[in-house]
Amino acid sequence: MNWESWSEFFAMGGYGVYVWGSYFVTLICIVGEVLLISKRRRTLDKHYGLIHDSNTKEEIKNETTS
Amino acid sequence: MKPRHKKLAAIVAGVTALGVASILVLNAFQSNLVFFFSPTQVMANEAPVGKSFRIGGLVEMGSIQREDGSTTVRFAVTDTAEIIPVIYTGILPDLFKEGKGVVAQGKLSDNGIFEADEVLAKHDENYMPPEAAEALEQAAKAQKASLTQ
Amino acid sequence: MAINWFKYSSPASFYSLAGKMIPIFVFLAVVLTIAGLYVGFFVAPTDFQQGEAYRIIFIHVPAAWMSMFLYVIMAVWAGIGLAFNTRLSSMMATAIAPTGAMFTFLALWTGALWGKPMWGTWWVWDARLTSELILLFLYIGFMSLQAAIDDPRRADKAGAIIALVGVVNIPIIYFSVQWWNTLHQGASVSLNQAPAMATTMLTGMMIMVFASWMYSIVVILKRVRVIILERESHTAWVAELRKKEAAR
Repeated sequence: MNWESWSEFFAMGGYGVYVWGSYFVTLICIVGEVLLISKRRRTLDKHYGLIHDSNTKEEIKNETTS
Repeated sequence: MKPRHKKLAAIVAGVTALGVASILVLNAFQSNLVFFFSPTQVMANEAPVGKSFRIGGLVEMGSIQREDGSTTVRFAVTDTAEIIPVIYTGILPDLFKEGKGVVAQGKLSDNGIFEADEVLAKHDENYMPPEAAEALEQAAKAQKASLTQ
Repeated sequence: MAINWFKYSSPASFYSLAGKMIPIFVFLAVVLTIAGLYVGFFVAPTDFQQGEAYRIIFIHVPAAWMSMFLYVIMAVWAGIGLAFNTRLSSMMATAIAPTGAMFTFLALWTGALWGKPMWGTWWVWDARLTSELILLFLYIGFMSLQAAIDDPRRADKAGAIIALVGVVNIPIIYFSVQWWNTLHQGASVSLNQAPAMATTMLTGMMIMVFASWMYSIVVILKRVRVIILERESHTAWVAELRKKEAAR
């Protein structure tokens, strides 16, 4: 164990702002990225739900291998 | 997406591509991209005259002199072959130390002293606990002692 | 048992394969992150030179390495899509870009926060930092260009050009500290030299590198599945999928 107390841990030898500023922004980016992907999926699902409900005729091609 | 946003995106893409291309071309011309000159290069008149540039090297052992009552400090930058004296007023980074790497930006005055307006510390790529560094230092001292006997 | 790998080059098969793989990589990402941060903060000692500030390394180096690895992989997929006209390869390249850009941003951000206390400045235009910033521009250029082109296949091809041309920047980033005088120090870890890091420090860093890989795989697979659904929405298999989901 490196730290005598939690306050030591947060202070990071005087460099706390820099260390925690790095980890905090990293956390925000990761959470943000995951949420953005979920939002993109949900938007697509909603959009498809709308198209499916309205009786528009769509070309449904058979799936072909690329 | 909206035609307006699409146009913006295309412009961003175009500017980005141009910026990247031009910077990569610049990269190819090494002389334009020298980040710092060594003391040897400065002594050989390779550094620009009358313009601000950077020198890099090690802080010469025993060269740091702090003037009482001000934040002015004098030290010397060496690459073990040549030494350039530096004078600087301002805050120094935590890692600024004798025997350690330094990069100073400023102008070389007529009397050969480098007047710095910015001093940065350059550290090496080694990471180890203080005990290990101690042990290495002791081992180096012991080796030096045995060589001079 | 012979596996027909080519079957997975069809968006439909890959969609379901990716769906099955994601949970495994989520588990690995979480476990490795917890282990890496534990070693980084509670096992690895302080540094003789940089004190506790060096602990930024457990994010900074993984982010920087991922920014470079992901770009190369993105360029490979884009190149394959361009050469063989395979839709899924191009979709993979498109899926990788945002994650690559994120890691590039994090490398620059954590680097700035590390540089200020240790070097004395948030930023310098030395070869290492400049070439990493160029990498961010390349990712942004790739994403903007694809967003600006309506036809997906044309967007794929245009993006592939940027991706492939930009690959030259990757060795520039890596060798910058050798080829030019830079403020950024040289490599602490390399393939042909002993590491210049104490073992516990190196271990923590490498665990975080693997954690970053696992995380990248998760988000890229998630994203490519959405891209597949977006681009294959007119097909029978997607209609089938939707019916199944509606029935649940």
